[in-house]
Amino acid sequence: MSLTPDQLQRIALLARIDVSPEELRGVTDRLNRVLGLIDQLQAVDTQGIEPMSHALDVQLSVRQRLRPDEVTETDRRDDFQSGAPAVERGLYLVPKVIE
Amino acid sequence: MLNSTLLELSAALAAKQVSSVELTRLFLDRIRGLNGKLNAFITVDEEYSLGQARIADERRSRGEAGPLTGIPVAHKDIFCTRGLRTTCGSRMLAGYTSPYDAHVIERFDAVGAVQLGKTNMDEFAMGSSNETSYFGPVRNPWDFDRVPGGSSGGSAAAVAARMAPAATGTDTGGSIRQPAALTGVCGLKPTYGVVSRYGMIAFASSLDQGGPMGKSAADLALLMNAMAGFDARDSTSLERPAEDYCRELGINLAGLRIGLPKEYFAAGVDPDVLARVSEAVRWFQGRGAKTLEITLPNTGLAVPVYYVIAPAEASSNLSRFDGVRYGHRANEYSDLNDMYRRTRAEGFGAEVKRRILIGTYVLSHGYYDAYYLQAQKVRRLIAKDFSQAFTRCDLIMGPTSPSTAFALGAKSDDPVQMYLNDIFTIPAPLAGLPGLSIPCGFDGKGLPVGLQIMGNYFAEAKMLGAAHRYQQATDWHLRPPKEAPL
Repeated sequence: MSLTPDQLQRIALLARIDVSPEELRGVTDRLNRVLGLIDQLQAVDTQGIEPMSHALDVQLSVRQRLRPDEVTETDRRDDFQSGAPAVERGLYLVPKVIE
Repeated sequence: MLNSTLLELSAALAAKQVSSVELTRLFLDRIRGLNGKLNAFITVDEEYSLGQARIADERRSRGEAGPLTGIPVAHKDIFCTRGLRTTCGSRMLAGYTSPYDAHVIERFDAVGAVQLGKTNMDEFAMGSSNETSYFGPVRNPWDFDRVPGGSSGGSAAAVAARMAPAATGTDTGGSIRQPAALTGVCGLKPTYGVVSRYGMIAFASSLDQGGPMGKSAADLALLMNAMAGFDARDSTSLERPAEDYCRELGINLAGLRIGLPKEYFAAGVDPDVLARVSEAVRWFQGRGAKTLEITLPNTGLAVPVYYVIAPAEASSNLSRFDGVRYGHRANEYSDLNDMYRRTRAEGFGAEVKRRILIGTYVLSHGYYDAYYLQAQKVRRLIAKDFSQAFTRCDLIMGPTSPSTAFALGAKSDDPVQMYLNDIFTIPAPLAGLPGLSIPCGFDGKGLPVGLQIMGNYFAEAKMLGAAHRYQQATDWHLRPPKEAPL
C-alpha cells in the first residue's frame, strides 16, 4: 500500500496538521517508506490469534482495577490555566466556532 | 568522586565526608563545564537544586536520611516537575511548567534526592539518536561526532560524562537501553506497570515505562527501590507488594540458565558487538551458568509491529496538543481548524508529525483491521515467543543494539534505517517484559558495546543480580569516556 500526495493531505487533515505544498512530496515519500516496512505484517498468518491490546493482558492474572466513583481532585483551575495560551474569566479562549 | 557509584556517594554522605550541597555543586560545575559541548541538559536551575540539597543536608542532620538522601539525580525532560520547566524536547512545550509532579519525581523527592536538572531527549521520546530534539542533538561523550542514542540520550550522556551520578529515563521501544549501550552506562526498562506513568508525558501508553540509568547494576537496584511502586493515578500501575531490588545482588550464577536467541547472534550485527557480547556470555559460563540456544522466531516482525502500534497510540495521545489548554499556539489563523493545524505544524518536528500521520492512517476507516488489529495479533505472537523461551531459561542475553554509536546525521534522512536499529530492544516492551543493558567492552573504534539481559515478568532483581556479579569482576562500567576526562 502506498499513499498519493492527495491521500496524505486527507490524513493530515484528520490529524489536524498543516502540510505545506512544498513539504508534501517529501513527507509522502518518507511515509511510504515506513508503510513499506509495516506492510510485511500482511504476510503473517494470524488466524485464531487474539489481538494483544495491552502488555498487561499476558501478565499472570493481573486485572485492571476499578475505583469507587468519588471526587478525589481539588479545584486547581487557576493553576491548570496558568499555562494556557489564552484564558479569560476562567474560560479557555478559542476562535469563534458559531457565527 | 565524579566517578563514584551511588553506593559510594551514599556512604560518603553518611560519613559526613561530603555534604549534599558540596556534592550537588560538584556535579553542577561539571555540567557547566561540559554541557556546551554535549547538550545533555535542557534545563538546569542551580539555585533550585542547591535549595533541595540544603533540605537534604538538614534532613540528614536530623537523622532522617536514607540511601538516596542528598544524591543528585538528573531527570529526563519527559517527567513533569513543578519546580523546573518540562519541554519533552519539543517546541510545543518549550515554555511549559507543569502544575504537578510525576509520581517518579514525588518518589525521589520523598527520599530526599536532589533534582539536578532536566535532560535532553528526542522530541516526545520519538527517536533513537537524540537528533529529533527541538533543543538540538546531544553528543556522545565517547566521540562528539556521534549520537548518544535515544530517546533518553541526554540522561545517558549525562551519566556517561559524569555530569550526573544517576538519571531517569523512559523506554517505549528501547529508549533507556539503546542510549545506555551507546554511551557505556547501565539502564533498566522494568516490567510494564512497575513504575507509574503518572506525570510521564505519554507517547505510546501500552509500551511506555520509566526506569533508572546509572553507572552500575547495583545503582540501578537502589534507584528502582525509590522509583517502583503502586500508584492509583496510573490505571495500569500494578498493585504488588514492595520489592527490594537489591535482594539478589549476591545471586549464585551456578546453574543459572541463560538463553541465547539465535536471531540476536545473526548476520547484520556488527562483528565487534558480537565478539564483546560473546565474551561476556563466556564469562557467565565460566561462573557455572548454563547457556542454551533458543529461538524468538518473530523477532524480525517486532519493528513493523512497533511502527503500527506506537504511532497509533501516539496519534491519539498527542491529540491533546491543540493550542488550547497548554503549550504552543500559532500566532496567525483564520478559524478553529486552521488554528489546530497551524499550531501542530509549528509545534511538532518532522519525526513527531510523521508518526502522528502514520498513526492516523493505520487507525483510519478501512485500514484499522489490516494494520492495527493485525499488528496487535503479531504482538501476541512476539509475546508468546518469550513465554515459550522462559520455560527453558531464566535470563536471555544478547546485544542491546546491532551497532555501536553511529555518526550524527548518518541515519536521520532515512526513518526506516533508524527504526531497524532498534530491532533488539523493541521486542521486550511489546511483550511487557523487563530489559537491562550494561557495558561489556569496546569496539575497534573505542566505542562502548552493550550487553542486553532480558528476564521474565518481575525478574528485575535477578537480572540486576547477574549484572552486578559481572560488574564485580569487570570494570567496563567504571571507565569514563575519553572525550570527557575526569
